[in-house]
Amino acid sequence: MSDEHANFYDQMNANRVKTVLLMTVFALLVLLVGYVAGRMTGIGWWGLVIAGVVAIVMSWGSYWWSDSLVLAMSGARPADKELGPMDAYIINTVEGLSIAAGMPMPMPYVVDDPAPNAFATGRDPEHAAIAVTTGLLDKLDRQELEGVIAHELSHVRNRDTLVTTVAVVLAGTIVLLSDFMRSWFRFGWMFGGGDDDSDSGGGNAIWLLIGLALAILAPLAALLIQMAVSRKREYLADANGALLTRYPEGLASALRKIAGDPTPLRSANKATASLWIYNPLKDHKGVMNSLFETHPPIEERIARLQAM
Amino acid sequence: MELLLPCLGAIIIAVVVVAAVVIGIYNRLVTLRSRVDNAWSQIDVQLRRRYDLIPNLVETVKGYAAHEKETLEKVIQARNMAMNAQSVKEASEAENMLSGTLKSLFAVAEAYPDLKANQNFLMLQEELAGTESKIAYSRQFYNDSVMSYNMTTQQFPSNLVAGSFGFTQRDYFEIEEAAKEPVQVKF
Repeated sequence: MSDEHANFYDQMNANRVKTVLLMTVFALLVLLVGYVAGRMTGIGWWGLVIAGVVAIVMSWGSYWWSDSLVLAMSGARPADKELGPMDAYIINTVEGLSIAAGMPMPMPYVVDDPAPNAFATGRDPEHAAIAVTTGLLDKLDRQELEGVIAHELSHVRNRDTLVTTVAVVLAGTIVLLSDFMRSWFRFGWMFGGGDDDSDSGGGNAIWLLIGLALAILAPLAALLIQMAVSRKREYLADANGALLTRYPEGLASALRKIAGDPTPLRSANKATASLWIYNPLKDHKGVMNSLFETHPPIEERIARLQAM
Repeated sequence: MELLLPCLGAIIIAVVVVAAVVIGIYNRLVTLRSRVDNAWSQIDVQLRRRYDLIPNLVETVKGYAAHEKETLEKVIQARNMAMNAQSVKEASEAENMLSGTLKSLFAVAEAYPDLKANQNFLMLQEELAGTESKIAYSRQFYNDSVMSYNMTTQQFPSNLVAGSFGFTQRDYFEIEEAAKEPVQVKF
């Protein structure tokens, strides 16, 4: 147990730093695209301002309401001891692990679905929620369930929901702006509105070309960054969760069971797919897909856990 | 004369910086120590919870398996001993014995399908299992907190602050030697 615990807090600090870094880079990308769009359309610096404002407003909105939205979309209901031993099971497990982690207890939710899966959401540890399917409660034993809950608790503690929500919104803003810029390139420049700063007619055309290039590349870059970050956070949550239970095999065994279960998750859709512990829309075709996977390959996750 | 003012200025700045650092370290030590205290009482909360669940369990089982009187009585006696334990060693032994009697009780309950189907019994079984887990995790968290705190009191330069203001090291929660032996349920 020697210096692992010190590293736990170090890791959390490192996460915060990386989070700030990620958001800064992303924000700069948004502002860059906004600026170029502004140049293209001749509204100059206003492009940057508008992009900035839109990104901030959308980030704040989704950050604030992300949990209720996601819970509603998945059909989750709050766990309640009055409803019986199964609810008590999940409530006790979440409570026990919150005690081990020394953090406030997230609200446990249950999703009525035979496919085993789980997710965590919420803007910060004081306002978090963890949802599990009835399938998960049926099919996993106590130690496997603890592994899964510990993983989800780690997501909450690392503020991953904040990170991924903001990342999704920023990526979305970039995509929106890029779509706009591509349309402008095709049609808009005909309506004039040259860049008031430029002193030659050719200046605007350059911005159009830059804008087009960015419009194609930026969404791609945003998506790749988002996916890479998502995978990294999954590994981190695996590691932190295993540290919490002091029993990596629990989560490894759970992942094996979940991956091996063919039951499709009824409440899965593209918007929420990345939040579950195991991607319910997993597509097994092709190498290119691995760059666009929100989750690392299950074999690699299990191997890392067993190496601990 | 020209040197006096900058020198004074430098000294004052140095003093302010050192004071700020000391205050920062002191506050950190207070935070870590509070965490340890809180973790300790958390263990107690979970232990109490277990004691509180047992009478209800015994009543429920009595309703279906009245002639398992002996097993039931052992559970109650073990519980009372654990609640009245005076020293940490006594408490450890009593806790262990209580766990043993509960295991016997649940093993015996397997023979009574009506009891096993009873919602209240299932609920209590789940609650007790959950509480055992919480006891274990609260002890784990206590030890983690003690380690953080102790490390800070030992490392440089916080050890200087710790020494000056009386922050002493805390003991880890260890399973007593007696409790490591196989459980013998005897009264």
